[in-house]
Amino acid sequence: MRFNKLISAAAAATLMASGVAYAETLTIATVNNGDMIRMQGLTDDFTAKTGHKVEWVTLEENVLRQRVTTDITTKGGAFDIMTIGMYETPIWGKNGWLVPLDDLSAEYNAADILPAMSGGLSYNGTMFAAPFYGESSMIMYRADLMKKAGLTMPDAPSWSFIAKAAREMTDRDNDINGICLRGKAGWGEGGAFITAMSNSFGARWFDENWNAQFDSREWSDTLNFFVNMMTDAGPAGYATNGFNENLSLFQQGKCGMWIDATVAASFVTNPKDSTVADKVGFALAPDNGMGVRSNWLWAWALAIPAGTQKEAAAKQFIEWATSNGYIELVASKEGWANVPPGARTSLYENANYKKVPFAQMTLDSILSADPNNSTVDPSPYVGVQFAAIPEFAGIATEVSQEFSAAYAGQQTVAEALAKAQALTNDAMEAAGYR
Amino acid sequence: MARAVTPRRKLFNTLLAWAVGMVIFFPIFWIFVLSFKTEGDAISTPLEVLTSAWTLESYAVVQDRSDYFKHFTNSVIIAVGSTLLGVLVAVPAAWSMAFVPSKRTRGILMWMLSTKMLPAVGVLYPIYLLFIEMGLLDSRTGLVVVLMLINLPIIVWMLYTYFREIPVEILEAARMDGASLRSELLYVLTPMAIPGIASTVLLNVILAWNEAFWTLNLTAAKAAPLTAFIASYSSPEGLFYAKLSAASVMAITPILIMGWFSQKQLVRGLTFGAVK
Repeated sequence: MRFNKLISAAAAATLMASGVAYAETLTIATVNNGDMIRMQGLTDDFTAKTGHKVEWVTLEENVLRQRVTTDITTKGGAFDIMTIGMYETPIWGKNGWLVPLDDLSAEYNAADILPAMSGGLSYNGTMFAAPFYGESSMIMYRADLMKKAGLTMPDAPSWSFIAKAAREMTDRDNDINGICLRGKAGWGEGGAFITAMSNSFGARWFDENWNAQFDSREWSDTLNFFVNMMTDAGPAGYATNGFNENLSLFQQGKCGMWIDATVAASFVTNPKDSTVADKVGFALAPDNGMGVRSNWLWAWALAIPAGTQKEAAAKQFIEWATSNGYIELVASKEGWANVPPGARTSLYENANYKKVPFAQMTLDSILSADPNNSTVDPSPYVGVQFAAIPEFAGIATEVSQEFSAAYAGQQTVAEALAKAQALTNDAMEAAGYR
Repeated sequence: MARAVTPRRKLFNTLLAWAVGMVIFFPIFWIFVLSFKTEGDAISTPLEVLTSAWTLESYAVVQDRSDYFKHFTNSVIIAVGSTLLGVLVAVPAAWSMAFVPSKRTRGILMWMLSTKMLPAVGVLYPIYLLFIEMGLLDSRTGLVVVLMLINLPIIVWMLYTYFREIPVEILEAARMDGASLRSELLYVLTPMAIPGIASTVLLNVILAWNEAFWTLNLTAAKAAPLTAFIASYSSPEGLFYAKLSAASVMAITPILIMGWFSQKQLVRGLTFGAVK
């Protein structure tokens, strides 16, 4: 009897001890945007289900990138989960810096993740980050202004149609710009847009031997087309406009068309912030008849740095945050238009979500972007609006600065391309690619 | 002899000073205005911003989403702690340079100042690795030490300048009366240099409060001060202008109030020794 009591007490103590050890506090580094902030507000649901607590470190995108890169390269261990994108994931996965997410539970249904997303967040077939939301880019346009111009937007327009429509819709007297596009320096800002656009013009960053291609006719065509169109139909000072500046212009009714991230669709159709919420139409990003459209592919995803002491709890969080259950939780509290888009196939089969006006176009845009075949001519890199090599961010930032200087009229397009060619080749040579 | 200033010249100078002051102050004024607007109103034209309804909505959201007092407490501890530690180290250093100079004193002072010209990111990795090794990552202790080291050249320079104004004969008299080095520093030099030390402390508290590179890179959830609080509301994808403005107002208000009440000491300290 006494022995049994002893065993029972020991078992209870062990259980209690394991219970205490099991309740972890996870530190998660994330980016400041609407979907991530919404997730922070719903963290109590995760804590109620698992007992784990969460401490958030929310940072602006570029600060976050620098912060998590410093931590993971030094094995600092400051974070148990990091929010990273499609650019970092394959590089960090290849380096062994991330925990493979190949053993998630059956209920999680990893096969439901859109192939474009799981492919972009994998290295050698192993997924290293789970998509919280995915995005491509598409055209958002003012249906009323398009009608006034006597034009009809096709579902899949060409660049020549877009340029024509932009010029027709421009009304300088009423402060309406035919088209608003990113010109701001930065590889994730104007750099991302012009790279995706150049794909549709047949351009590429590198040939198969990692030689820069900015001296090609295709790049010249891309930049000249962009500058001419924006000069005729874009807003003043477009060289410094990024996502937020264009969102602001569009919401105030000052843009006829805006080609940008698909997640912007929920902002421009939200009557609380947008003065044109009921006048917006959607179309695929333009092409140039070469078989490649100018839309990009991106995901903000959750990954676990290798070496974390809280791997099991971190996986539980990732399963919770990127699951169908989380999507339903958001829908029940904030409506279907506000669920994180672009990550799961089943979301686009959901009858409620199909009613959201931009749902189908978002899916079509995501499906039409292929990171493994993003250029007309063969290229040695993976990625649509970036090349997934560690050197790309630095090089592309400098290149986009040269391009922005050309948009601002500080140098010619030819000069910008010549400088881009030289600095890219120099950097690739220094990095040992050439 | 002072130059005669005509009334017209005086009026022009006054207007010019006000104009420059307004230009400098305008961003703070605009942040203050935007913090009382909705996100939708905050992105409209300046005239529409001023005429639209005023609301505390952004403050409520910021207060709800973030733990302001945790960040505030961290800021106070880091700014005050690093400054006091810096003064503790700098007083003996400045004393030796001011009263027992060697032929290398000038060179040492210039070298100390030159370290301020090193881009901080150049030493990020070594310091980050040291922090990991010493278990100081995301700790207030680590930040107190780093910010003390960063501001030390300025503290030493300022104290050196003040100490040089104190007649060495007073210290010699104390020594003749039998004062030890410790007594000389504590009971003779420090009381005479209180105004200078006070302005040094004030300036360095402001510098440490506003420091954003190290405080963002060496912290995560526990030791993050108000600079991280502001950074969490900045975004290149999504409109957060009103909330960012509200967070900024909440972060800069304590230091603005402190600066307002101590401006006399600050100006006096900063111009000390400039006019003889």
